[in-house]
Amino acid sequence: MSQEFSPKIVAFACNWCAYSAADLAGVSRFQYPPNMRIIRVMCSGRINPNFILKAFQKGADGVLVSG
Amino acid sequence: MELANRKATYKPYAQAIPGAFAIEKLDKAPCRMACPANLNVQGYVQMVKAGKYREAIEIIMRDLPLPGILGRVCPHPCEKSCRRLEVDEAISIRELKRVAADQTDLSEIPVPDVEPKGDKVAIVGSGPAGLSAAYFLALQGYKVSVYESMPEAGGMMRYGIPEHRLPRSVIDREIENLKRYGIEIHTGTAIGKDITLEELRDHGAKAIFLGSGAWKGLKLRIQGEEAEGVYDVTSFLRNVHLGILKKLQGRAVIIGGGHSALDGARVALRLGADEVHIIYRRSLSEMLAEPEEIEEAQNERVKIHFLVAPLKISGENGKVTGIECIRTRLTDPDTTGRRKPVPVEGSEFFIEAEHIIPAIGQEPDLDFLGKDLNLGVSKWNLLTVNPETLQTSVPWIFAGGDAVTGPATVIEAVDAGKKAARYIGKFLQGETLPTEWQEEPPIGTNWVEIRDDEPTLHRMKAPTLPVEKRLFGFDEVNLLADEDTARAEAARCLNCGGCCECYECVKACKAHAVTLETHQQEEQLLTIPVGSVILAPGFAPFDPSRFDTYQYAAFPNVVTSMEFERILSATGPFQGHLSRPSDHQAPAKIAFFQCVGSRDINQCDHAYCSSVCCMYAIKEAVIAKEHAGADLDTAIFFMDMRTHGKDFDRYYNRAKDEAGVRFLRSRIHTIDENPETHDLIFRYADEKGDLKTETFDMIVLSVGLETPEFLVKMADRLNIELDADHFVKTGNFRPVATSRDGIYVCGAFQEPKDIPYSVMESSAAACEAKGDLMAARGTLVQEKTYPKERDVSSEEPRIGVFVCNCGTNIGGIVNVPKVAEYARTLPGVTYVEDNLFTCSQDTQDKIREVIEREGLNRVVVAACTPRTHEPLFQETLRDAGLNKYLFEMANIRNQCSWVHSKEKEEATEKSMDLVRMAVARAQLIQPLPQPTISVDNKALVIGGGIAGMTAALGLADQGYRAYLVEQSKELGGNALKLIDTWQGEDITEHVGQMVKRVTEHALIDVYTESSIKSSDGFVGNFETTISKNGSDISLKHGAVVVAVGAEELRPTEYLYGQDGRVLTHLELDAAIKAESPKVSGAKTAVFIQCVGSREPDRPYCSKVCCTHTVKSALQLKRINPDTDVYVLYRDIRTYGQREALYREARRQGVIFVRYSLEQKPVLEKGTDAVSVTVRDHILGRDILINADLVVLASAIVSRDNGALSQMFKLSLNQDGFFMEAHAKLRPVEFATEGIFLAGMAHYPKPIEESIAQAKAAASRASVVLSKEYITVEGAVSHVNEVLCRGCGKCVDVCPFSAVSLVEREGGKTVAFVQAALCKGCGSCAVACPTGAASIFHYDDQEVLRMVEAALN
Repeated sequence: MSQEFSPKIVAFACNWCAYSAADLAGVSRFQYPPNMRIIRVMCSGRINPNFILKAFQKGADGVLVSG
Repeated sequence: MELANRKATYKPYAQAIPGAFAIEKLDKAPCRMACPANLNVQGYVQMVKAGKYREAIEIIMRDLPLPGILGRVCPHPCEKSCRRLEVDEAISIRELKRVAADQTDLSEIPVPDVEPKGDKVAIVGSGPAGLSAAYFLALQGYKVSVYESMPEAGGMMRYGIPEHRLPRSVIDREIENLKRYGIEIHTGTAIGKDITLEELRDHGAKAIFLGSGAWKGLKLRIQGEEAEGVYDVTSFLRNVHLGILKKLQGRAVIIGGGHSALDGARVALRLGADEVHIIYRRSLSEMLAEPEEIEEAQNERVKIHFLVAPLKISGENGKVTGIECIRTRLTDPDTTGRRKPVPVEGSEFFIEAEHIIPAIGQEPDLDFLGKDLNLGVSKWNLLTVNPETLQTSVPWIFAGGDAVTGPATVIEAVDAGKKAARYIGKFLQGETLPTEWQEEPPIGTNWVEIRDDEPTLHRMKAPTLPVEKRLFGFDEVNLLADEDTARAEAARCLNCGGCCECYECVKACKAHAVTLETHQQEEQLLTIPVGSVILAPGFAPFDPSRFDTYQYAAFPNVVTSMEFERILSATGPFQGHLSRPSDHQAPAKIAFFQCVGSRDINQCDHAYCSSVCCMYAIKEAVIAKEHAGADLDTAIFFMDMRTHGKDFDRYYNRAKDEAGVRFLRSRIHTIDENPETHDLIFRYADEKGDLKTETFDMIVLSVGLETPEFLVKMADRLNIELDADHFVKTGNFRPVATSRDGIYVCGAFQEPKDIPYSVMESSAAACEAKGDLMAARGTLVQEKTYPKERDVSSEEPRIGVFVCNCGTNIGGIVNVPKVAEYARTLPGVTYVEDNLFTCSQDTQDKIREVIEREGLNRVVVAACTPRTHEPLFQETLRDAGLNKYLFEMANIRNQCSWVHSKEKEEATEKSMDLVRMAVARAQLIQPLPQPTISVDNKALVIGGGIAGMTAALGLADQGYRAYLVEQSKELGGNALKLIDTWQGEDITEHVGQMVKRVTEHALIDVYTESSIKSSDGFVGNFETTISKNGSDISLKHGAVVVAVGAEELRPTEYLYGQDGRVLTHLELDAAIKAESPKVSGAKTAVFIQCVGSREPDRPYCSKVCCTHTVKSALQLKRINPDTDVYVLYRDIRTYGQREALYREARRQGVIFVRYSLEQKPVLEKGTDAVSVTVRDHILGRDILINADLVVLASAIVSRDNGALSQMFKLSLNQDGFFMEAHAKLRPVEFATEGIFLAGMAHYPKPIEESIAQAKAAASRASVVLSKEYITVEGAVSHVNEVLCRGCGKCVDVCPFSAVSLVEREGGKTVAFVQAALCKGCGSCAVACPTGAASIFHYDDQEVLRMVEAALN
């Protein structure tokens, strides 16, 4: 039996909204799966498409850009 | 209504600032107050509920050293005061204590570490009083020896109370435990015989406590008492427990009604007596023994004869043969409430018996004391003591328990011992003892409210040994209740006192923020000298429970808008799932009722409009639909839709047209409920007047805003005036100034208002205060200095990693040592440690020391979020001589341990990944400079109307020079054309004064007939060229206030410009000022509202027109009371307290006729009159009005702001008004720093709001101007000019106007970043096609390295 698929997700989160929302999720003790790694950026406008491609190239199963 | 439960320790809400917990303390629970020893009953009951028996015992042992004994024998006065009795039955408190005691190994309870005091204290008697005194003295550090005359310790507990109630093993265990506290017990040592009190003193005892009890049984004083077979119950039980008496043959009669009577009877049975009788001269209800015990005795075949008194003991040959008794009856209660038994003549009868055991009381036997000490003894043969200190007539001897009180309960004796210990301690410390009894603080009644729907839950029943098994021995009758029963019983506790003071939070708080001292915190009165006061206490939502029309209190699915707001919130009671209270099901239909607690003088006395409810109801309806999907039916029942704020009408239109929210103009008077489904049914009349009945799943009451009573009192204390509606009285020209100089107000305490307006007012109040405090500005500022920054440019990365446990927040989930160990293996890392709290001050000191000692040049903290803690650690780096940008955080709390609390391994892995990512980036981060730029502290104010003048004055009054530029010849703007404010203040007069102040102010330079030609620069350093009479003037300034105003629309409909009888508002005001016959001679005047406003091509409300119209209508009535005045309107928007004008206009006979956008009024020009035809909705017919004056409430439109917006790079909205940076958070600022906005350039608004906004703009601008220099952040973007092609894409995408194209030598055009304006968002770096633009501290390499590390 193969293991259940657990995707690797890289998230780019805007410091001013999505990143603080992720903090608030913590403060509120919301639970979500532990397979996401958040990278803080100062604005979602900062996300160069290269970042996303790099993530996929390195094996990410999903990329979340949130801002 | 309660939507959810919370604990006594709570955080007000997830986003609360400060993000700290609060503890709700009410008055001490009644059970605790009823306990003679003041046991924290609520506390240990809560621990039992949680299954924390050891913790329960720790709480009990703060006040009582014998939990298992009292858990069995206490008469539990606490239970009589239990508030659960108001619902069903008292909590079985004693039983719960026993469960906790039996489940706990006392040896596990830590003995507190106390400093020995050296002094010795002797205790006489090892009963509850003596042991308690010994325990509490030992806890104070005294060396305690207990002297007991009997062979074993325990006093009456051992020799009085029988084993079937109190097993000896329990006594042994608890007395043995006391030895751990250093208490020595000398049994078989009789005072007066083996040793005297004086000798004890001579052997070193500095004080003595007498707890010798009351062991001498009282005599019946009847004939025959000397016969063999008669013995008092105390001697009887003592002999049994000493093992002297093992069997009892024959029949026994016990006389009395107390515990010892029952004990005697039940013991007699167990010794083998054939029959056991109790005779008691009163009835069952007077019996001191508890009902359960009486019942158990009767079950065991004890025969109790009530209302029977002994007459004579009969005997033969000196042996008892029986007792002659007489029946009694009780008299009516006497003055003390007691009913006296009197014999019933002729009712004598005889009980045959071989044993007669009187149990009618005991007294102390004080013979052992001797006469030498001359201790005071009362006439009842009790020791006399000071009632407070329990000190006897001999200062070093204290006494308590039965020897002082006569026979009483164990718990009273325990309390006496505790009290004596306290005062013996004070005595030994040389303190003066009180001479009188100290009044105890009164028992409060501020307890948790008992809910109406508190379910009835029966008191637990503890199991008992079957009767048939009892009488063969002394097995304990009451058995231990099982845990489930006990915990369920504990869960019945109502938690009367709020916080139960278990102090578990003190143990849990590793940061020592919650301590025993925190728990004792009380209200403090502070005196703070200030130069100005700002009142921003807000409002209370109207409470509709006193309003039975809407059945808020009775129907669960009727909620207030505030509750609905919480229901919709992700951090709310249902985690953001839209569900209704009755059954937690998703509602399919929700109705909103507007104006609950507003615009209503019949029910709630609030005539005013609360201004915000229409908008929030629409918002809630739309968000509810967003949560639940389009199928959710939302309907808003309203009178007038008041969406008068900026862009509010657009939102209203979208809600109606796109989201499908239904709007019904109807006020509902009665709601019915389906009692089974809790659905709500009501009738309403639709637009056509037809009656309809609809059922909804839920009703939201849009409650208004009101000033709570405590604020009314506060205003009274502050001596500021409130108006009739209980809002702070202010004038339209000084909208935030109260009636008392130096005290300012903002927000809903002034008048109900929304957030943008409240925020504006708060800055306005700050402006006023800053003007008052100008002389003191900066006097309390202390400048911080930093060591010189170390140059690390040539160093290899030496990274220090600090992993935080955050108490248990991280450490409880993530394996922190493992993460720290892992960090050690990462490249570049030279130092790692983990901390309990990395953010604590001592850790900061340590980090600083480690940076210096280890030569670290990068620091990574794996802890909480950089959003709150990055500045703190960066400060530490600066203190250690490192550039603050050499820092990185890994968020392993908010984004890891808190959100993966059940997946510890995965959370640890994720933490390791996050640390690896942070370390990877840390290797690349570089120190960045933070240059400073000087600030020119002058301001440019564009526009000389009320807003511009106010802003200029606001700045100049704070000491900043203001350049006021006005395009026309004179100052004053639109206000010059107006008559008075809605509150009746003369506008001409006030504006005149304002112009005078402006022109005379030494710090204001006025440029009339001037326009802005060009402007350059950035925050703190602008240079603007103005053109005045054809010549250019260059002005340097640090800030700009845009206050260019707006203008009245010149209508193109309703015969405007074609008929002289048709005027606009401003023209009407001019005509009234000029006393024109057009006005005074008008027989019929018609106002038409929304002329040019709320039209498809201008979909906004001009906000001021409804108020202007009703004010003008009243003016017309004043000029000529016979004038018929009609107002044709769509919604009357006399928001806030302007509603009073609307009401007054109706009272004076102004007729309001509503029309719809589809059927606008039609005007026809006639010779005698203008005929106005309008469709009346209520009548369903056209009405023809022949008017000789028609006033058009024409829209307010923006000026041509294009040039200005280009020049200063400011945005305009679709209607040509300037866009603020954020409607709520930054309502007077532009996104471009250093530029501020006020007045109608922002949106149509009345004078008071323009003034508030202008003061706010001045206040915000002064934040810039007050600085000598601006520190530019290092994490900004920059352009490599070699790579730049000057395409300008970066200029287009920059939201902050920080990038511009400049020409370099040789004609090359390149992009240039003004670092002072750059916010570091990095959009330019993404837009740049050549890679010339990049951003410091978040460059591509750093981000890509993190991506790689994340997936490594």
